[in-house]
Amino acid sequence: MSAAQLHAATAVAPQAGDVLSIENLRVSYGSRFNAVPAVRNATFSVARDEVFGLVGESGSGKSTLSMAILRLLPAQAHCEADRMRLGDTDLMAAGPAALRQLRWTRLSYIPQGSMGVLNPVMRVREQFLDTIADHTQGAQRREIEGRIETVLAGVNLRPAVLDQFPHELSGGMKQRVCIALAILLEPELIIADEPTSALDVVSQRQVLETLSSARRRIGASMIMIGHDMALQAQLADRIGIMFAGRFVEIGPTRAIFEAPRHPYTQRLIGAIPSIRRRQDIGELARRGLEHADGATASAHPDLPLREVSAGHFAAIEL
Amino acid sequence: MTNDQERKLLDARNLTRRFAQKGRRETVAAVDDVSFSLPGERAIILAVAGESGSGKSTLASMLLGFLPPSEGTIAFSGMDVSHLTRTQRAQYRHMVQGIFQDPFDAFNPFYPVEHALHLAIEKFSLAKNRQEAASLIDKNLRAVRLKPEATLGRYPHQLSGGQLQRVMIARALMIHPRLIIADEPVSMIDASLRAIVLEIMASLRDEHGISQVYITHDLSSALQISDQILVLYRGTVVESGNAAAVIETPKHPYTQLLISSIPVPDPDEKWGAELEETQPAALEPTQTEFCKFIDRCPHRMPMCAQRRPAAIPVGPDQLAACFLYEKS
Amino acid sequence: MIGNLAFRVWRALTYSVPLTIGCLLLAAVVIPSVLSPLFYDLGLARIASSGLNLPPSWEHPLGTQSEGRDVLALILAGTPATLIIGLIGGGIGVLVGTFLGMVSGYFGGRLDTAIRNTVDVGMTIPPFAILIMIAASFKVVTLPLMGAAVAISAWMYPTRVIRSQVLSIRTRGYVRMAKLSGIGDLRIIFGELLPNLIPLITAGAVNAIAVSILASIGLEVLGLGGQNLTLGTTIYFAIYYASMWRGLWWWWLPPVLVLVAIFLGLFLVSTALDEVANPKLRRASS
Repeated sequence: MSAAQLHAATAVAPQAGDVLSIENLRVSYGSRFNAVPAVRNATFSVARDEVFGLVGESGSGKSTLSMAILRLLPAQAHCEADRMRLGDTDLMAAGPAALRQLRWTRLSYIPQGSMGVLNPVMRVREQFLDTIADHTQGAQRREIEGRIETVLAGVNLRPAVLDQFPHELSGGMKQRVCIALAILLEPELIIADEPTSALDVVSQRQVLETLSSARRRIGASMIMIGHDMALQAQLADRIGIMFAGRFVEIGPTRAIFEAPRHPYTQRLIGAIPSIRRRQDIGELARRGLEHADGATASAHPDLPLREVSAGHFAAIEL
Repeated sequence: MTNDQERKLLDARNLTRRFAQKGRRETVAAVDDVSFSLPGERAIILAVAGESGSGKSTLASMLLGFLPPSEGTIAFSGMDVSHLTRTQRAQYRHMVQGIFQDPFDAFNPFYPVEHALHLAIEKFSLAKNRQEAASLIDKNLRAVRLKPEATLGRYPHQLSGGQLQRVMIARALMIHPRLIIADEPVSMIDASLRAIVLEIMASLRDEHGISQVYITHDLSSALQISDQILVLYRGTVVESGNAAAVIETPKHPYTQLLISSIPVPDPDEKWGAELEETQPAALEPTQTEFCKFIDRCPHRMPMCAQRRPAAIPVGPDQLAACFLYEKS
Repeated sequence: MIGNLAFRVWRALTYSVPLTIGCLLLAAVVIPSVLSPLFYDLGLARIASSGLNLPPSWEHPLGTQSEGRDVLALILAGTPATLIIGLIGGGIGVLVGTFLGMVSGYFGGRLDTAIRNTVDVGMTIPPFAILIMIAASFKVVTLPLMGAAVAISAWMYPTRVIRSQVLSIRTRGYVRMAKLSGIGDLRIIFGELLPNLIPLITAGAVNAIAVSILASIGLEVLGLGGQNLTLGTTIYFAIYYASMWRGLWWWWLPPVLVLVAIFLGLFLVSTALDEVANPKLRRASS
């Protein structure tokens, strides 16, 4: 690592009190001799009560990064990090039993569809009771069991849902059930992986609003993964943009939208068609096309992240 | 066939398509009494917008001739599409082409991507010899801003979704139809590449005179390139007319809900209060004619459950099917 | 296109240990038996060409049996015969299976219902009952006849596998694209669908060969193999003359070992090809 990279790493490095802090996370797939890097030296942190938007297009490494935090990477993935802590717990050192205990109580996950979280042959009530039974005991268990209905009401679901099977629910309702499960044990961090990508725009807005207010109520931090910059503008406090496995820009949402510094971020924002007015489609396309012609890692040389304004980092030459 | 229909490029009248439901007697209408037309004298892009379940893909299949309508007619330049003779069918294939949603699925993984182009050249006799075919392919790939040398000979898995989608458009352009049915052509490609495909679609209209039916769930892109729009909800047209008018000043409660749900890429313009979810309205089980948006409509009135609203003019070139605008 | 396929096969060969071992096993059986006329006197397989019941020696590497036949000559002559029955039976089985599977899956409707039901019913009937009836009703059972007979049990599995695969790929976008180009059904089946099924068909063929050989051996061991010199008839005579009770291990053991090598080889190859044919596994490796 060069001196400049080291400097950058410390500059974006975590502060005391961060919920999640990650330094130089590296993930690659394949064998030792034929490793394909998926995440390269990711360094970032998520503060308490913060929504961190993780943006990238297909193949950018954003999903791999989230799976690495959850420690749910497939067996053929190879993962290393100088530091990966949830609060004061070292996630890299945690064993399977510790991780099982951690998930849902301190770290929860909302998937794209409900696949992998909702068991298709179990009624919703049993899924809640199972999750509670796995992670709580005694009086606490009874207390949480007692407020399942309150939590459901908090995500705009009627108690009747408890007696239904997942396939009897609409896509939006299933996502609400997933949100309720994710906030039930009041975790410190929620990782939401494109939670509304399977939904229509109207349900998308409703579900995301529910998610936002439920998260705010329990004061959890959230990593919101997505490719839609407009959604991130609505929800995120800070945004990190990934390209070809590395962060090219990290900063407060407003700063990113007002003054995007990395060319890739500029194109990502510039290529969003407006719903308010008719734009010059040729101009929109030109921005995207420049990107398409150089849509390889080589188009954006591996520059270290540098601070361009307070808390705003971009991988550019200054 | 009337003279009026012959002058139009495409004229769809009262199109309905019913599907059998598993284990039930009643059928469900995926497309329910939809009428629209495209002018014959100039090329336009008509956006058909709607969410999943709105019937827009069923409509696309009918327009492409993959699915016969249950009721209603589709007339293309005066030909009845449901009753084509053998020669007319070949003609129709030549004049009406399609672009599909999933570019990775639309190319045979066994062949290099130009296989799809060669099939079209052969079947529509677009070239006399190999040389002519090669230069035709070259020309059309360039027209969609692809470099032939970086495209030809590649297998589908070696190209990106945006590149494959443009090869698909090059194929349609090469056939040079009068109408292209584009079914969600940008929904599966990365956001930064969508604008390119949209711009090419606009140029097909402006430079090549090819009309298009642009089927999409994305109203922002519809606003950018289309001239006319149909907004579908559960198989019925709720609002239609000039695309800019409908999207900038939506009149039907559904169109309004749809547009207010689209996130704006500006952190200073955040969504306001949480959207209320309306409870489903109580309907008599025997009722078959009612406004399909009644379940979710914030303005619903008793008459919404009694009959189906007709399309009412709400602007110079804008129709909304809603009782709110009915003059009593 | 050929280059692409050759590359896939080459990669499968180098990456898949089972495929390599399977091919080596088959080669170890096939090559010596095909080249045997060059280095061994197959005339020794005739009755009374040598002494009776001789244990292995330099002159007779695998000894001789009770009719005065040289066991090595019997095996070298019998292996190709057995393989020919397998190839004929498996070939007919996979050709019929591919054709029926594609037609059934692509066109659907009544034809599909008829083919599917025939296969479902056929798979529940023990093929042996039918085979015994057929074999017993012919006076002379030649190799091709035996091959054709055992094909009866070899076509159903490929039909079923290919039908289900066609069912899943006939709605693919490239089929719709071909239809939009005005391509006819037959050309879509053979030009668009078939090439993508080659690995699956190959795996099905290997499987069909194994099934055919197994069926033929079964018939031959029962004495229904006619006059053909095959591995199955060799075993039949070894049983007939009670070689096991008489300690003539060099008579019954070698043909059994050769058969084990053939089945193991075919099994390994078919498993490995299944892996190549399975798109999910293929994508993961690319």
